[in-house]
Amino acid sequence: MISPDMDSKTLTQSTNASERPLLQVSGLSVDLALPAGALHAVQSIDFSVKAGETFCIVGESGCGKTMTSLALMRLLPRSAKITANRLEFEGQDLLKLSEKQMAELRGDRLGMIFQDPMTSLNPVYTIGNQMEEVYLRHRKASRKEARERAEYMLQRVGIMSPALRMQQFPHQLSGGLRQRVMIAMTLMCEPRLIIADEPTTALDVTVQVQILQLLIKLQKEFGMAIILITHNLGIVARMADRLAVMYAGKIVETGTGLDVFRHPRHPYTKGLLSCIPTHASQRQNESIADRRLGSIPGLVPSLIGEIKGCSFRNRCQWAQPDCASTNLDLREASTGHSYRCLIDAKSGISPTAEAAL
Amino acid sequence: MSATLSKTTHSSKPALEVRNLSRIFDVGGGILRKARPLRACEDINLIVERGEVLGIVGESGSGKTTLSRMMLGLMKPTAGEILIDGRPIHSIDRHELSRKIQPIFQDPYSSLNPRKTIGQIITLPLEAHGIGTQSERNLALEQIMSEVGLPPRLKHSYPSQLSGGQRQRVAIARALIIKPEILICDEPTSALDVSVQAQILNLLKDLRASHNLTYLFITHDLGILDYVADKVAVMYMGRIVELGTARTILAAPRHPYAQALLGSVLTPEPELDLPDLHLGRGFPDPLNPPTGCSFHPRCLKAFAPCAQIRPQTIHQTGHSIECHLYPSDQTGD
Repeated sequence: MISPDMDSKTLTQSTNASERPLLQVSGLSVDLALPAGALHAVQSIDFSVKAGETFCIVGESGCGKTMTSLALMRLLPRSAKITANRLEFEGQDLLKLSEKQMAELRGDRLGMIFQDPMTSLNPVYTIGNQMEEVYLRHRKASRKEARERAEYMLQRVGIMSPALRMQQFPHQLSGGLRQRVMIAMTLMCEPRLIIADEPTTALDVTVQVQILQLLIKLQKEFGMAIILITHNLGIVARMADRLAVMYAGKIVETGTGLDVFRHPRHPYTKGLLSCIPTHASQRQNESIADRRLGSIPGLVPSLIGEIKGCSFRNRCQWAQPDCASTNLDLREASTGHSYRCLIDAKSGISPTAEAAL
Repeated sequence: MSATLSKTTHSSKPALEVRNLSRIFDVGGGILRKARPLRACEDINLIVERGEVLGIVGESGSGKTTLSRMMLGLMKPTAGEILIDGRPIHSIDRHELSRKIQPIFQDPYSSLNPRKTIGQIITLPLEAHGIGTQSERNLALEQIMSEVGLPPRLKHSYPSQLSGGQRQRVAIARALIIKPEILICDEPTSALDVSVQAQILNLLKDLRASHNLTYLFITHDLGILDYVADKVAVMYMGRIVELGTARTILAAPRHPYAQALLGSVLTPEPELDLPDLHLGRGFPDPLNPPTGCSFHPRCLKAFAPCAQIRPQTIHQTGHSIECHLYPSDQTGD
């Protein structure tokens, strides 16, 4: 069955193939100065996002996904040092913009949705007040126009009686409603790119699905691109046009959802995929005692100090002596699908050994 | 007080039984306004056999945590009773109860005392119960740490030096050191990363077999219950709307709410889009619950009687359901 979503997935891929990407990131690094030394939170990552596309960044806590998103918004803490060969949004170099220019961009062309709407909404202002402020900050509009715009946007995100909600304070709304308000607020100026950092993690599973459905619907309506940052592989599988798997500050695998989920190449990606429950109907013949989740032994390594070789080698069952010394670039598995590993996780043999055969 | 670590002999009664249990909170009372009742749990009936894992699943506000707090003896029910080994919970001494039932909480960051070492945290239950000498306690500590997969050197560390997964292992070790029979796990993995979640779930599964434990496993994620639970109870607004074996509920849930919950589990299948959920927006006000079936305002399949009459619980062998779609005379597969 072809659903409207599959249409949009293929559509974005074909129509925008020739266009210049909306966001282009290359060699982005974030270092945090700590008393123990520099923590390399993000290490020279490259990716691009096309207009109208959903790009997912997936990884576990500490892999650098949130630091990446904050770097794009230039909202990093003072102790952080950001370097990049290229950080271009709509052809503008984000690193060259002044703080004032950057503030103009944020909330206008570039929107952000955070994980916890309770901490990102101001508790002492009404919903209406906060939403109007975004619009007035970026557009020449009267208070009345701003109010109408806010009401319209609340309706678009499926909030009944928006006029009433506008008078309420954040604590009077449920978690799902607050996240809807957050999304409506981000949409006030119709950004070209929304960075959503774990937008549904604090919500119930049923509400999560509704919020994600809403994001897809609005994406089609307003034609914006979304960078979705999450640790939930289920969400990534259902939402991503393309994705990047991050581990210890690096992108270890990138490709389309189908490539990465159906033909994972990096051992970490494979490990992660084995950790998540699959659907019961696929495993009818297993007895309950046999039902075990896969797991990845060990811990994420420290990112402080000089990092050499593959960061995953200590947890990898295919690790070889070479893994400790070689700093690998991403290798291409197929067009648009690449991974950072010396060993071919599919066959279990290294490419050099393969060549020798 | 007994000073040994030996296990008590078991009766043939179920490990845990809940009969017509209700808990009503009075909310919003003031000088002029009368308090209104919030039915957090209503008429709950459950039987958990020894060595069984019962999963309880529902959205936030469905009463899962209230139920677990009553079972831990932390909250008194308004009506009904809880039987442990066939004995009413209120007749069991607090010390004895804590040797039978232990909790594992969601957030291993706030449930461990930051100023005590891991060794002190894990052996505290032994101290509180006056069990064993110092050297016996040390032995028990080393044994339980190795069982839950904590390296012995961590004994002198503080919680802040541990990762989330390690902290949850500490919480499990602390719960197990006095050899309880029942563990009540309230969202034990929802604060953890996926790879760590898998480690903890596998550990809980191993411990269940090696210690002959009975689990009550509370979660909002139906997907993980498939890996740990024998039976599943689906809660909605304080009531159990469907109860059955994990296999039947996860393969073919019958209550529309259970179907919606299963539908929201996002399995990693890139070929699929988001599920089409037809759940009306928003949870109803628990202070002003809908008449009839409390799920009817969100239910696609609701028909005339749903808004007026509360459905009866229909029991079949090992399965019960509370829904007008399955009248008693037409059930049976």
